[in-house]
Amino acid sequence: MNAILTGGFAAPSTQSAHAFRALLEAMARPGRIFAVMGAEPPAPISVAAGVALLTLTDATTPLHLAGAADCEALRGWIGFHTGAPLVAADQAQFALGGWDALHPLSRFRIGEPSYPDRSATLIVELDRLEAQGARLTGPGIETEARLSLPETAAFRANRGLFPLGFDCILTCGARLAALPRSTIVEDA
Amino acid sequence: MTDQAYNFAYLDEQTKRMIRRALLKALAIPGYQVPFASREMPMPYGWGTGGVQVTAACLTPDDRLKVIDQGADDTTNAVSIRRFFQRTAAVETTERTADATVIQTRHRIPEQPLAEGQVLVYQVPIPEPLRFLEPRENETRKMHELEEYGLMHVKLYEDIARHGEIATAYAYPVRVEGRYVMDPSPIPKFDNPKLAGNPAIQLFGAGREARIYALPPYSDVVSLDFEDHPFTASKADHACDLCGAGSSYLDEVITDDRGSRMFVCSDTDFCASRQAQGHRGRLSPQGATP
Repeated sequence: MNAILTGGFAAPSTQSAHAFRALLEAMARPGRIFAVMGAEPPAPISVAAGVALLTLTDATTPLHLAGAADCEALRGWIGFHTGAPLVAADQAQFALGGWDALHPLSRFRIGEPSYPDRSATLIVELDRLEAQGARLTGPGIETEARLSLPETAAFRANRGLFPLGFDCILTCGARLAALPRSTIVEDA
Repeated sequence: MTDQAYNFAYLDEQTKRMIRRALLKALAIPGYQVPFASREMPMPYGWGTGGVQVTAACLTPDDRLKVIDQGADDTTNAVSIRRFFQRTAAVETTERTADATVIQTRHRIPEQPLAEGQVLVYQVPIPEPLRFLEPRENETRKMHELEEYGLMHVKLYEDIARHGEIATAYAYPVRVEGRYVMDPSPIPKFDNPKLAGNPAIQLFGAGREARIYALPPYSDVVSLDFEDHPFTASKADHACDLCGAGSSYLDEVITDDRGSRMFVCSDTDFCASRQAQGHRGRLSPQGATP
């Protein structure tokens, strides 16, 4: 019970401001890794994923929990700290889980042709997050960036839907990076 | 001093989360206008309510804020917005472009090139570039969906037919990453080349029209033109009369009722820095060029 009540931002307005600037820079510069802090969500969820949830979700944002993230402790923590309604994947504005647990990705909303912003943001928990591996190019990247992605085919397919598609926040420990739909992903 | 009666940066946390979600989607779809639930702000529409909401959602206590209005730090709009955030967010402020981490701007891009780590927030009156050609929102939305931008080229062509050149001098439309046509806010077209390949994050907020859009760093931004009438970034054909700069954007100032006029940099920080370095213009108080 106590684990549900603790682990939120102690000073929400300033801590979420710092967290959002990291998220803003991450989404603007795909592949670049940023450190965040302030959240202590229950296991198995990372600090960075907790920060993203506290900063972006609330009672107006349907959230889908996939795989190991769909546990009693986290459901209670989210209910107490953000109030985000937990929903099925096809109704989710945000989704949280490991890469394999989030599959099949076709379940998630990719927006509508006239409203491409009405699409899901996936918070993907990864075991490792390093600036090496798949080659990233596109908006926000001066020449190229490298990022350890779990695969490239799914992101290439997502890029093919542009301007539709989902956007990803990749989290590992207290670090995060982002991969918007606009990024072109190639194998290393 | 922070006014304790307000939450940090004035807006409540739920509003900031809503704006922040819109900002992330705006960055993910460069040039696309994301609708957002724009709030009433304690200033009238047209005074930068969209920019203020975007700035409020981005500010951290560590930021140094610069606010410019047509390039100037010392005009009413800039001073009042700067004081608004001093009071509600207790952030440091500066007039120096290079020292600022967040710059809110009305209708100019600073002369000094921006760097990574800086955020440029534009105040936008009419976010829809097609609005004066097609007043219906559902129609312009369909045109963006279908990439149906022929009408915009017709407008530029009519400029050429009537004036012999593209007469649009500000709010000059651009194509972002080969997809969305975007209104860069009423910046002079002199500033258009700085939209492209800029290392800073550029965010656009339209309060009355309730739209947010964005350009990620190093974006591909092309001013619309024709092969035989290429885009040119124009400015008054003078040097600044105070600092002598020949390559900055100039304001024309009428100085008496007999037709005398002077040209001065619209970017006050740029002009003041140059004067501090000893540069002199035609009408400098200290006299002729050293």
